[in-house]
Amino acid sequence: MSDIVEKTLTALPGLFLQNQLTGGAAAAKAPFSSRLGGLVRGITALTSKHEEEKLIQQELSSLKVTVAAPTTTLKMMKECMVRLIYCEMLGYDASFGYIHAIKLAQQGNLLEKRVGYLAVSLFLHENHELLLLLVNTVVKDLQSTNLIEVCMALTVVSQIFPREMIPAVLPLIEDKLQHSKEIIRRKAVLALYKFHLIAPNQVQHIHIKFRKALCDRDVGVMAASLHIYLRMIKENSSSYKDLTGSFVTILKQVVGGKLPVDFNYHSVPAPWLQIQLLRILGLLGKDDQRTSELMYDVLDESLRRAELNHNVTYAILFECVHTIYSIYPKSELLEKAARCIGKFVLSPKINLKYLGLKALTYVIQQDPSLALQHQMTIIECLDHPDPIIKRETLELLYRITNAQNITVIVQKMLEYLHQSKEEYIIVNLVGKIAELAEKYAPDNAWFIQTMNAVFSVGGDVMQPDIPNNFLRLLAEGFDDETEDQQLRLYAVQSYLNLLDVENAFYPQRFLQVMSWVLGEYAYLLDKETPEEVIAKLYKLLMNSAISSETRAWLIAAVTKLMPQAHSSTIVETLIQEFTVSLDTCMRQHAFELKHLRENVELMKNVLPVDKSCEGMVVDASLSFLDGFVAEELNHGAAPYKPHHQRQEEKLAQEKVLNFEPYGLSFSSSGFTGRQSPAGISLGSDTSGNSAETGLKETNSLKLEGIKKLWGKEGYLPKKENTATDEVEAQPISQDSVIMENVDQIITKRDQPPALTQSKEEKAKQLLASSLFVGLGSESTINLLGKADTISHKFRRKPKVKEIKSGEITSAHTMASSSFNSLSNEEDYYLDTLQDRGDKELKKLSFNSELLDSESFTELHMVEKLSNCNLSASSLFADNNLEIFHPSQSTAVSVANEVSLASSLLEEPTEHMHSDLMEVCNNETISVSSYKIWKNDCLLMVWSVANKSGSELKNAMLEITSEENLKVTEQVECCLPIIEAESTKNFQCSVQMEQPFTEGILSGIINYQMMDSHSVQLEFSVALSLLDFIRPLKISTEDFGKLWLSFANDVKQNIKMSESQAALPSALKTLQQKLRLHIVDIIGNEGLLACQLLPSIPCLLHFRVHADGLALWFRSSCSTLPDYLLYQCQKVMGES
Amino acid sequence: MIQAILVFNNHGKPRLVRFYQHFPEEIQQQIVRETFHLVLKRDDNICNFLEGGSLIGGSDYKLIYRHYATLYFVFCVDSSESELGILDLIQVFVETLDKCFENVCELDLIFHMDKVHYILQEVVMGGMVLETNMNEIVAQIEAQNRLEKSEGGLSAAPARAVSAVKNINLPEIPRNINIGDLNIKVPNLSQFV
Repeated sequence: MSDIVEKTLTALPGLFLQNQLTGGAAAAKAPFSSRLGGLVRGITALTSKHEEEKLIQQELSSLKVTVAAPTTTLKMMKECMVRLIYCEMLGYDASFGYIHAIKLAQQGNLLEKRVGYLAVSLFLHENHELLLLLVNTVVKDLQSTNLIEVCMALTVVSQIFPREMIPAVLPLIEDKLQHSKEIIRRKAVLALYKFHLIAPNQVQHIHIKFRKALCDRDVGVMAASLHIYLRMIKENSSSYKDLTGSFVTILKQVVGGKLPVDFNYHSVPAPWLQIQLLRILGLLGKDDQRTSELMYDVLDESLRRAELNHNVTYAILFECVHTIYSIYPKSELLEKAARCIGKFVLSPKINLKYLGLKALTYVIQQDPSLALQHQMTIIECLDHPDPIIKRETLELLYRITNAQNITVIVQKMLEYLHQSKEEYIIVNLVGKIAELAEKYAPDNAWFIQTMNAVFSVGGDVMQPDIPNNFLRLLAEGFDDETEDQQLRLYAVQSYLNLLDVENAFYPQRFLQVMSWVLGEYAYLLDKETPEEVIAKLYKLLMNSAISSETRAWLIAAVTKLMPQAHSSTIVETLIQEFTVSLDTCMRQHAFELKHLRENVELMKNVLPVDKSCEGMVVDASLSFLDGFVAEELNHGAAPYKPHHQRQEEKLAQEKVLNFEPYGLSFSSSGFTGRQSPAGISLGSDTSGNSAETGLKETNSLKLEGIKKLWGKEGYLPKKENTATDEVEAQPISQDSVIMENVDQIITKRDQPPALTQSKEEKAKQLLASSLFVGLGSESTINLLGKADTISHKFRRKPKVKEIKSGEITSAHTMASSSFNSLSNEEDYYLDTLQDRGDKELKKLSFNSELLDSESFTELHMVEKLSNCNLSASSLFADNNLEIFHPSQSTAVSVANEVSLASSLLEEPTEHMHSDLMEVCNNETISVSSYKIWKNDCLLMVWSVANKSGSELKNAMLEITSEENLKVTEQVECCLPIIEAESTKNFQCSVQMEQPFTEGILSGIINYQMMDSHSVQLEFSVALSLLDFIRPLKISTEDFGKLWLSFANDVKQNIKMSESQAALPSALKTLQQKLRLHIVDIIGNEGLLACQLLPSIPCLLHFRVHADGLALWFRSSCSTLPDYLLYQCQKVMGES
Repeated sequence: MIQAILVFNNHGKPRLVRFYQHFPEEIQQQIVRETFHLVLKRDDNICNFLEGGSLIGGSDYKLIYRHYATLYFVFCVDSSESELGILDLIQVFVETLDKCFENVCELDLIFHMDKVHYILQEVVMGGMVLETNMNEIVAQIEAQNRLEKSEGGLSAAPARAVSAVKNINLPEIPRNINIGDLNIKVPNLSQFV
């Protein structure tokens, strides 16, 4: 090869000259195979970026001519493509060649096709418009008899393929699953997996084929199918529990060395396969004792076998440990796993150490004592030269932070923070420090200083909720008023000191925090006068480095301080200066300041001292302007039109196509409340003018929508708890800090002469004792807030109870004929059976009933009643009936549960709701929840029951949601006291921001026992799209109008069995399970409508034909139809 | 899933860039540059894992890299991949390159960029690990190479060439493991079908 290269290189200058002179024709004659070499050598010979650019541009322009020339053969084109790929890799645009790449893939022979496909997959992306041109080629190649062509087509499909064209190739690829060559089967499986990733609803029906692939006689195909299973089990493990046995058997055979030798890698049998399987088992066994029991043996075997000292065995070991800690615990295995973690942590190999730390971080929540074992190693890692190791160590420390070691840990984090420059790391770490500081701060001074450090380092990159939370904390305060004032005073003083430093630079956010605090709380100062504070703020205002947003904060602070000041020369100069400012915002503020200064009474009303937390009554309807408006109207002014009205009129005038949905009854809710300017007055007596409202808005904190990390009760009670411990812990930690920093002090102190340890070692041990203080003893584990060790012991007991309560509630709902959860399997079973029985009866009454929009609930009620009848007639004697005769021993607890359930179900009878489900419990407390499907929102009701005989204090329920959900209207989530054996209810409404199939709402409940241990429990509730779907009641006419106005549509045919193919039964399923409103039925077509809360409509048109159902969705939201279609397929598949 | 595979030399010149998720061209270049600066700072004796930062998908993503002589091989993966597993996958990839090019060096990667891509395609397909068995990968590549040779030699007789190509079969290493006790078949098959 090198000969050729040499030859080309010597000929290179000539070639380029020739090329430039004679253009495409000459280039075509040049030896194509060597042109790439020339290009590469040319580039490497160059020294500057500029020259490289010139050369490549030259190359690209000559290529452009060549590829466009009709004389260029496919063979030359192939060579050109490689050069184009090279240019693209270096970051130059070669988009003129894209179409030629596609052409090459279409027309070339095998070799040329291969280059064409490669170029296409490197150049284009899934949504590129040119990609559509490739579809036909792919289809052709998939049908080819040549294996290599098929392979190439499958490869390109799995790299890039347009989503909407999947149906074109899907059947072909499905056929390939039966291909005789394993490589084809393997690639087909991966291509289908890719489809599952980009368009899950289109490959619904092939899940059964994935199962076949799992049982393929070739190991490679089976391994490929594991990708799919790992993914699907991660999404929803419960539907794949039946496969656990199979996975275990496979793993057993792999570990046992039953695979052919060529699967070995460094004499480890198929390590990657083992890793995949272990991950799958970990997901399957999570919180499931029965499933976990199946895998204990094989995990033990894996641990035992993986003893060879090679990198990849450690990979297997690591996965083993991870799995053992994920599944239902078994003490024997946990011990072994803990020993393994030790091996990792103590390993001299840095990669293994990193993983060891990672494993510790993961395990620490279950077993804090493990951190104690390795404390010295962790200390060493804190000073490791590798920043990644350091970061992982800090992450570990973050997990074990408690009120006793907080100072040391935060100090370590700040040290790291000062060294790192990457924004990503700073944002992450700053958030953690702020969180820890708020949770465990030992005293005011420390807290303020730590937050100062956070603000000055995190500055303008940190999450905005950190300063917001901090200010909120200062403003709201705690129970103890004097403590609050001290904290505020300390903050004010520290900021004044910081501002005194000459030439110091502070981030804008920090300055904003300072100005707010100074403005609100400078009155607490006794030495400095308000004038001095104003002078300092004024100095900042005149600083040119200050952003205009910060200026607004500063001037607001000055405005607040102004009435307290006696002489106001500075304020005067300030007003003079800024009333002529070019910045309109500043000018506005200056004028406001001026007017407020003239009217002291108004000033006191608008900006009262220390009232930042109290709500202010604002006349939002601006009723005080009514007189003015009436006068203007009399003078002939045009009446005010709201924005949307103006827009509609504008649209009507322009006579263009209207893509907006027409105004519907359901969307009007968004407009009410801000319609007429002379609407309801919300307390006219305090009405001010609009400028004041604006000012107030900038001054006050925006407290809405900020996650409440820190409740009123969160701070002081915790401090009281640990007060006794702190007395002992405090001196130690302070000592160690001093020792760490100032070595001299150590020498001054009286050291016991008997100590043989080096100074360094001693410092480390002291650090260790301060870092890991409180990890060992029982009481402090609770302080970690992760009381898993306790719940372990009781896991078995509650489980039995849970089942029982589930049965009881289902019995209860049957009796009370309320809306029943769709997922309830027994009822579903009854449903179908009853369907068969009552078919005739139904058919008679069906059509009329369906057209009645209210029939939804009624229908269900009827069904429920008949369900009860059926079960009473002992058809199901073996399962349901026994619920009605609970045995004596359980009767008491059962009665308890029933009463609980019934008390809850009293109030919301007008809406449909789900069964009461217990989401978490321990021996003292139980949290249950149910959903109420209200017409305008989803209401989650949480009931917290105290089962113990003593009262619980400071219970706090906190609900957090995933990003696509929004929780609003949280009602009183703090409870100072829950009396013994009582139940409290909370509710919150949930909105969906982005459509999705399934989301999770998680929450935490905190409470304190009588002996002042605080306990925290976590729980989560799954929400599905259907929880947010409501029938949309519109007329056929409206339907028609809406249908035309929606741009996003999705069509799909689904197959159905004979029995359900009839229109009525299909309609019934859709109406019941998806909550669609039936608008109209015309022949064999049906129109249905629904809306996604709050008001995104979606319309469905469907037609029944011979063996299936043609569904056609349209909506104003682009993703909603896809998700609905998925749900539709699901319910149709079920019934 | 594997998000991207980057190979660049000690000076940050890209030698192989393969993204499995779409990024605009400028972002791709930026990712290559920033990744290079990240790994360049690191000694050879510290760990091979890095956090991708905000550029590639945030904290769920990791950069796993190995340094061979003049080249850095960087895989960007999400949390569903095992770190050590990927580290060995890089090794497999490089060893395969070594087998295919006979003592692979940076120049091979430059001048046979397309071939490197073909080899990679046999290891990783669409972001998923396809094959980790080196012999199998080499066998696939050799089959393709034979195709190339036969094509070159038969250019005079295109018709014959086409038929020859059509008759080429990929080599099938006997991997069927249904031999007696060595059965890896999933036990309760009947349940699925």
